[in-house]
Amino acid sequence: MKNLYENEMRLEFLSKSNNEAFARITVAAFASQLDPTIEQLADIKTAVSEAVTNCIIHAYEEKEGIIKIVCKLFADSIVIEISDTGRGIENIEEAKKPLYTSKPNLERSGMGFTIMESFMDEMNVESVLGLGTKVTMKKIITKE
Amino acid sequence: MNCIYTPSSKLLTLEITEEIDHHTAEKIRRRADYEIQRHMPRKTIFDFNSVTFMDSAGIGMIIGRYKMAANFGGTLEIVNVKPSIKRILEMSGIFKLVEIKENIVNEKFV
Repeated sequence: MKNLYENEMRLEFLSKSNNEAFARITVAAFASQLDPTIEQLADIKTAVSEAVTNCIIHAYEEKEGIIKIVCKLFADSIVIEISDTGRGIENIEEAKKPLYTSKPNLERSGMGFTIMESFMDEMNVESVLGLGTKVTMKKIITKE
Repeated sequence: MNCIYTPSSKLLTLEITEEIDHHTAEKIRRRADYEIQRHMPRKTIFDFNSVTFMDSAGIGMIIGRYKMAANFGGTLEIVNVKPSIKRILEMSGIFKLVEIKENIVNEKFV
């Protein structure tokens, strides 16, 4: 019997900002099994960094919480789920708008979701107020 | 981050030596603001030669330093940006505020 996906990894860590580099480097290391280009790896690292930073700043508002990452490798793509059990997003459409930020005082640019959307091939956000948020992103990595 | 100030030309060069994300941006922000307030340079240059990664935290950090430099009558320039980082800068529209130059060698010694 053939699995739907070829490999999977799960990661859980505290919502501390010094884990941002750890998270993106770990996901990139796992994704490298698909033999992506340097550009594709850079795209994945940037998107993961944005999603993890959102969990730290917005979901947990700099308090301690757990961030979960699940990565699934398919023959031609990687799917990355990044989730938290933080406060949730009130208005997802508004949050996704370029330059929108709920925290301008922190010098946030409001570009997080825009970058995730344009650097990945698919992005989906699910959120329930008070329960948490899950961002699912897909990057297609086709062999030449 | 390495800082070099040249009093004769009122030029402040800030060479960023780490990846720029939400975690490191705070540290860079504090140091850059301190140096800009101290020297009030005519021009501040961020040298991105050693920067291999930047996410949107970098955009907020740069816009904030642009404002700080402008408060003291100075301009801000970014040099030696890698292609993957340039894409993020382009998306943000930051080019309207900040000049981006390539292949500047030893600008800090001018």
